[in-house]
Amino acid sequence: MTVDASAPPTRRAVLPPQRGSIARRGSVFLSRHPRVRLSLLLGAPLFWLGLVYIAALAALLITALWTVDSFTGQISHTWTLDNIVAVLTGSLYQTVTLRTVGVALLVTIIDIVIALPIAFYMAKVASPRAQRILVIAILMPLWASYLVKAYAWRSVLSQGGIFEWLVAPFGGHSPGYGLPATIITLSYLWLPYVILPIYAGLERVPDSLLEASADLGGGTWSTLRLVVLPMIWPAIIAGSIFSFSLSLGDYITVNIVGGANQMLGNLVYSNVGAANNLPLAAAIALIPILIIFAYLAAVRRTGALNNL
Amino acid sequence: MRLSRPARGLLAAITAVVLALIYLPLLVVFVNSFSTSQNLTWPPPGFTVKWWAKAFQSDGALDAVLTSLQVALASTAIALVLGTLISIGLQRFEFFGRDAISLLVILPIALPGIVTGIALNNAFRTGLGVQLSILTLIIAHATFCIVTVFNNVIARLRRLGTSLEDASSDLGAGIWTTFRLVTFPQLRSALFAGGLLAFALSFDEIIVTTFTAGSSVKTLPLWILDNLFRPNQAPVVNVIAVVLVLVSIIPIYFAQRIAGAEKVVR
Amino acid sequence: MKRTPARYASGALTGVAIVSVALLLTACGTSQGGGSAEPTQAQTELGEMEGSVSLLAWPGYVEDGSNDPTVDWVSAFEEKTGCTVTSKTYGTSDEAFSLMKTGDYDVVAASGDASLRLVAAGDVAPVNTDLIPNYDGIFDFLKMQSWNSVDGVSYGIPHGYGANLLMYNTEVVTPAPTSWDVVFDKSSAYKGAVTAYDSPISLADAAVYLMAHQPELGITNPYALDETQLAASVQLFKDQRENIGEYWSDYLKEVQAFETGDTVVGTTWQVIHNSLAEGTPAEVVLPEEGATGWSDTWMIAAKAKSPNCAYAWLDYIASPEANAQATEYFGEAPSNAGACDFTVNPDHCAVFHAGDAEYAAQIWYWSTPIAECLDGRTDVKCTDYSDWTTAWQEIKG
Repeated sequence: MTVDASAPPTRRAVLPPQRGSIARRGSVFLSRHPRVRLSLLLGAPLFWLGLVYIAALAALLITALWTVDSFTGQISHTWTLDNIVAVLTGSLYQTVTLRTVGVALLVTIIDIVIALPIAFYMAKVASPRAQRILVIAILMPLWASYLVKAYAWRSVLSQGGIFEWLVAPFGGHSPGYGLPATIITLSYLWLPYVILPIYAGLERVPDSLLEASADLGGGTWSTLRLVVLPMIWPAIIAGSIFSFSLSLGDYITVNIVGGANQMLGNLVYSNVGAANNLPLAAAIALIPILIIFAYLAAVRRTGALNNL
Repeated sequence: MRLSRPARGLLAAITAVVLALIYLPLLVVFVNSFSTSQNLTWPPPGFTVKWWAKAFQSDGALDAVLTSLQVALASTAIALVLGTLISIGLQRFEFFGRDAISLLVILPIALPGIVTGIALNNAFRTGLGVQLSILTLIIAHATFCIVTVFNNVIARLRRLGTSLEDASSDLGAGIWTTFRLVTFPQLRSALFAGGLLAFALSFDEIIVTTFTAGSSVKTLPLWILDNLFRPNQAPVVNVIAVVLVLVSIIPIYFAQRIAGAEKVVR
Repeated sequence: MKRTPARYASGALTGVAIVSVALLLTACGTSQGGGSAEPTQAQTELGEMEGSVSLLAWPGYVEDGSNDPTVDWVSAFEEKTGCTVTSKTYGTSDEAFSLMKTGDYDVVAASGDASLRLVAAGDVAPVNTDLIPNYDGIFDFLKMQSWNSVDGVSYGIPHGYGANLLMYNTEVVTPAPTSWDVVFDKSSAYKGAVTAYDSPISLADAAVYLMAHQPELGITNPYALDETQLAASVQLFKDQRENIGEYWSDYLKEVQAFETGDTVVGTTWQVIHNSLAEGTPAEVVLPEEGATGWSDTWMIAAKAKSPNCAYAWLDYIASPEANAQATEYFGEAPSNAGACDFTVNPDHCAVFHAGDAEYAAQIWYWSTPIAECLDGRTDVKCTDYSDWTTAWQEIKG
């Protein structure tokens, strides 16, 4: 079952080995044994990801089956499904989950809708020089700390803030602090992470293909829909994974601009950081884990990821 | 498809408006760094440069920037090595479990930071019994930075194909020589792009950092979080943010130049 | 980030599952840190300084000049004792409690809602106050209280204290309130502009209010609530939730909200009122029902690596000079009577009512709610902190 796609034809083996240095011999040995080569390549990264990450996740999930003594803060290793049951049946967790998923989806949709025209302009309309400047302009805000930007939005959206000042002439009002403010701020924070992959995807669409479509009588819309969209779909999905998962786990932005609302991240955070109840926090963390796996599975079914 | 003039104009207008929106909050940060209000209140009641003077005297901020640079550089370096290995492995070989591995690589970024954070915190502290330190922080950051390198490198490898490498080995070059002289030069800009994003991701990360940094390790985001809670420090934080945005032009500019130069060569 | 990976052919999830299960075996034996709950003995004499000490405290309690060269009381300590200070700050008492479990810290400045839990968990040791000369200068009404001692054994040195006051916008909230009813029964008048401190311990605020307004509930200590009493407090907060604009936990947030007018009434700290820009129409009041408050205690970790430097720090920070610097910077009343002579603002002690035993008597200092009722009742079981946490999360919804 292990087939080396790049395996050289056998004739290479008959080349006379030049000097028999150790490096040379190792190289020859490796080129004859693709499996050894593969395990050398993947050994370190898999050890890292498996041991550091998967083991840690698994240990966390096990913790969900334990309980904590609320006063001494010690975890007692008695197996129980209480935490899981509490999370599955508690109306609090259902409300918050729905709210969080709603926010994450809206943020993702808004980001994609905004990113598409910009990325298209950058990749297909702007001159190479303008293109370079635009990429810099999109990347730069990433370096102004996340916290600073969130607090800046708090200021923008406050009563008498810039937002109010901008929309007041049109009879508008600042949405104040709450879910709309959270959605605006999160969309803002993750927008560069969505624009960049879509831009990269559009760059890979050859101009000749668009011209061919036009020559064959395809209008702008049908070209976009039938030629461009299918080609950049994987890139859109790539961007959406960022905005969706980053929003799903956020607890700081909602704390700063979200008014009195809480999201799943807040519940996890207050149970682990505040209440010192790691088992319950782990049980709550199962919710975003399941949602992300469902999301990845759904995305995979569209076949988008296979084209990447 | 040929875009009509109005369509191009519309796209340009949308881009301009969105860029303006992107920079609006940054403008607020910039203006507030000169405001006499200690609490970032809008509109600014007066003009002062004292926060700028204070920021440049703040050893805490400088230390935090240095710590963040260390962490970001170390975790980017690890991510570059691991990400390159894994993408060559996955792109140049066909084997059972390949898809599981590629899922494994994106998992640390796809799962919310708080999940990654508490999982690693629990594993380090109670599973392995090690004290949190700058090392645990670097390990955590490297874990979720691998994906940015992986994405860029595997995309490049796929586009490159194997013909040049095959030619190299047909001409008698060993595996290492082929990698050094043929594969690596073609990967350079992809590595740079992936590395830059990994660096940015690590530099501004706060959620995983909160849970995996040792008590004496203060990265810039942690310092900022602390200082937003201290009296009279919020405007200093704004100064730091403005400086960071301005300084960031340098690496981004170089990244763009490398990418641009390659396009010309190709 | 240019593109996301890659190919999930079928079996991807199963693959990971298999890996995880395999690795579960290595992950077994995961357990918690922290110490045993057995009481440790207080030190009887001091030894050599260890050369370094690690502190855990509220932001603004341990300042070494690295944030502002003029705000520095750590360097003097380092020079005097040769103990190099490393410090970490925390945002909530609950965070302090979990951070102490790491065993990384020698000393913690804990509020009453963390101190008893730390004692019970065996994370802190008794403190021999004879080894701390400056203990003599501490206000008597702060010594050996329920939040810093257990069974007559002292567990720390008082640092500073303050009340959770009521702040209101003088233009919107008229007439000037004298009761907490503006944030509870009458809060609907300020719908969307009410705030409250974002912590389960806030439930005690409602209990203080209920003590005055629903005596039939029989609450005698806001930190000793049985199920019915807690339910009444929760109900009060659930009704208030409709009118809440936002909860606050860091004070920058509340300062901004009052300055912009997004919030007009709610709980506050004196220091928040002091930080408001000049001209902000806001006042604070200690309402007639009384209020909750905090009294912070410097405690020493049970497994401190540098106990002698830790004792040296406790003595130093209780000295009039250092106590004045630290509590004035943070914005609370100092614990040392002599501190009032060293504050930069000569009125500091008056503004914060330092040493005013009558004012202090109206304050119910934060204590950790535990199952064994703090008010001495033995016929019922009281709700504990985890019940309060769950309740608080449900209130926020």
